[in-house]
Amino acid sequence: MFYYVLRRLATVVVMLFLITATTFALFFASPIDPARYTCGKNCTPIILEGNRKALGYDQPAIVQYGKFIQGLFVGREFPDNAELRAQYPEQIVECPAPCLGYSPSQHRTINEMVSEAWPISLSIAIGAFILWMLIGVGGGVVAALNKGRWQDRGIVGAALIGFSLPTFFVGLVLLTFPAIKWGWLPIPSYVPFFEDPVNWALNLVLPWITLAFFFAASYVRLTRAYMIETMSEDYIRTARAKGVGKWQVIVRHGLRASLTPIVTAAGLDLGTLLGGAIITESVFSMHGLGYLAVHSVTNMDLPTIVALVLIVSAFIVLANMVVDIAYGFIDPRVKLAG
Amino acid sequence: MAETSTAEARDVAGEVVGRTPWEITRARIRQDKVTLVAFGAAIFFILLALSAPLLTRFGVIDPYKANTDLVGGLGSMPIGPLGGVSGQHWMGVEPGTGRDLFARVISGLTVSLVVATLAVLLSVVLGTIIGIVSGSAGGRIDWFFSRLTDFFLSFPQTLMLVALSTIVIDILQAALGMERTPASMLFMILVMGLFGWPFFARIIRGQVLSLKEREFIEAARSLGAKQYRIYFKELLPHLWAPILVYTTLIMPQNIATEAALGFLGVGIQAPTPSFGSILNDSVHYATSDPAYFIFPGVTLFLVVLSFNLLGDGLRDALDPKADRQ
Repeated sequence: MFYYVLRRLATVVVMLFLITATTFALFFASPIDPARYTCGKNCTPIILEGNRKALGYDQPAIVQYGKFIQGLFVGREFPDNAELRAQYPEQIVECPAPCLGYSPSQHRTINEMVSEAWPISLSIAIGAFILWMLIGVGGGVVAALNKGRWQDRGIVGAALIGFSLPTFFVGLVLLTFPAIKWGWLPIPSYVPFFEDPVNWALNLVLPWITLAFFFAASYVRLTRAYMIETMSEDYIRTARAKGVGKWQVIVRHGLRASLTPIVTAAGLDLGTLLGGAIITESVFSMHGLGYLAVHSVTNMDLPTIVALVLIVSAFIVLANMVVDIAYGFIDPRVKLAG
Repeated sequence: MAETSTAEARDVAGEVVGRTPWEITRARIRQDKVTLVAFGAAIFFILLALSAPLLTRFGVIDPYKANTDLVGGLGSMPIGPLGGVSGQHWMGVEPGTGRDLFARVISGLTVSLVVATLAVLLSVVLGTIIGIVSGSAGGRIDWFFSRLTDFFLSFPQTLMLVALSTIVIDILQAALGMERTPASMLFMILVMGLFGWPFFARIIRGQVLSLKEREFIEAARSLGAKQYRIYFKELLPHLWAPILVYTTLIMPQNIATEAALGFLGVGIQAPTPSFGSILNDSVHYATSDPAYFIFPGVTLFLVVLSFNLLGDGLRDALDPKADRQ
């Protein structure tokens, strides 16, 4: 078990290294001059050169990547140029480890931006996750147990509709009608949980529903398929024959065996969403990590994009690992090879 | 036993009629009314998309013509109910310019379907080749391609699509001397295609792993067939069922992705109509003219739904193990 975790962690590190290297190469070794993006409409060659030096874009891409990695472990200082730091000591920005970089469009460290955006993405992801797991798994189990009957057909039909409705469309409808036109709910804006939990939830209801809509639909389909498969296994018949109670058969024998693939999918989806629900956050203008990503892309804030790709990939890869380890606990048939 | 076909019932009752897998599939689909309707709808949308450029050419519709007389008042809102729906403008008109929304939606359908189809083709070709090679070659080649697949799958897809958009579009524009619209279409095709293949390759690889143990492959090999022949003449014909099913299932995902990226303002942009660019523009009028996002949104939903239903139906019909009770 210990060796398994260790080996997985090593793979995680290699994966993250490869992903950041690829992203870095795409952005900083491309034929497009990255300094051009830091300089708005009133760009003069002097400003352009100044920015290039301050952000370290004058160095080879491989050196820049080395500094990025170095910043992650020991922190770094901006401007990324010893001369400029000596010349303007009052402008030095400290970026302690794990330093994600410096945003040329917002003129502050990316760590600051991420620490502001992160609670919002977390709040959206957690609420939506609970909602979709309850509806999705519950709906899937009910459909599977009533296979072929009207309950099943209703649930499967609803799931297919939910699955086909684009997230941003659901979000727009929910924002326009219940929030703006009818005023049933506040127009979502983030209220920190520890300040006012009630308003926190009221403001997040619409983003939660929007996000959960699509996911609940896919989890209904997933759960139903696996439940049907499991419930036709011989051991379910054995359990029934030996007089195990109806619900115990369904939950202990049926659902538990179907949970493995569901947990895999849930872990990965949650991992992705922790890195920001891009579309939902954009529709409701919630300034989470996803919104930050779109915002940095429209402003061509390359260092922020690279940092966000790293964060989100880290969540995905880690979620993958956690899921694999969780297998051993959920499903006794799985043995982790050391 | 509601879904047992009459043909199947006859088999049981009397003489045994041999049927090819294709005949079984057709019989199953004919029984499945939902899939038939979805199939009809998908064909309808494809024909609509094909006809839009012709209709524009012959002047029946014009997605770019402004009708300033149909909008008015504060913010140039469409005159009339539901965003100015009338006999001439079935979905009303765009606020501001008064362009016919129906013309824009069906022209947008053309753009969206072209992008989605080409991206699917790219994913399918790459995924099939890599899946076949990886599954049948085994060893190091398989290890390499499997790791490559894992690597691609662990990229945060939506984020990468968003993140890469501006820079790749800039590179394409600079390198190929393209305009903004074709460059963004090419970007969508390339990136959706390149992120779509790993999923495909996994499925194909799994199929190949079981197929390659079968006698006919061994027979071909012992007759001295070359690798190429085994890959594309022996294995490929057995893979058309998963290829067809997953093509149909990835298609709606690509249509939705194009719309989502356009909506975020990083995909195809106005004035070129596509689901994404229309819905992106409609956000500004969401409160004052909800019809402007509801008509295109519902159309998009119906297109995606019809492809999803068709894909599900095909999967059920083509899967020999599918439960037909």
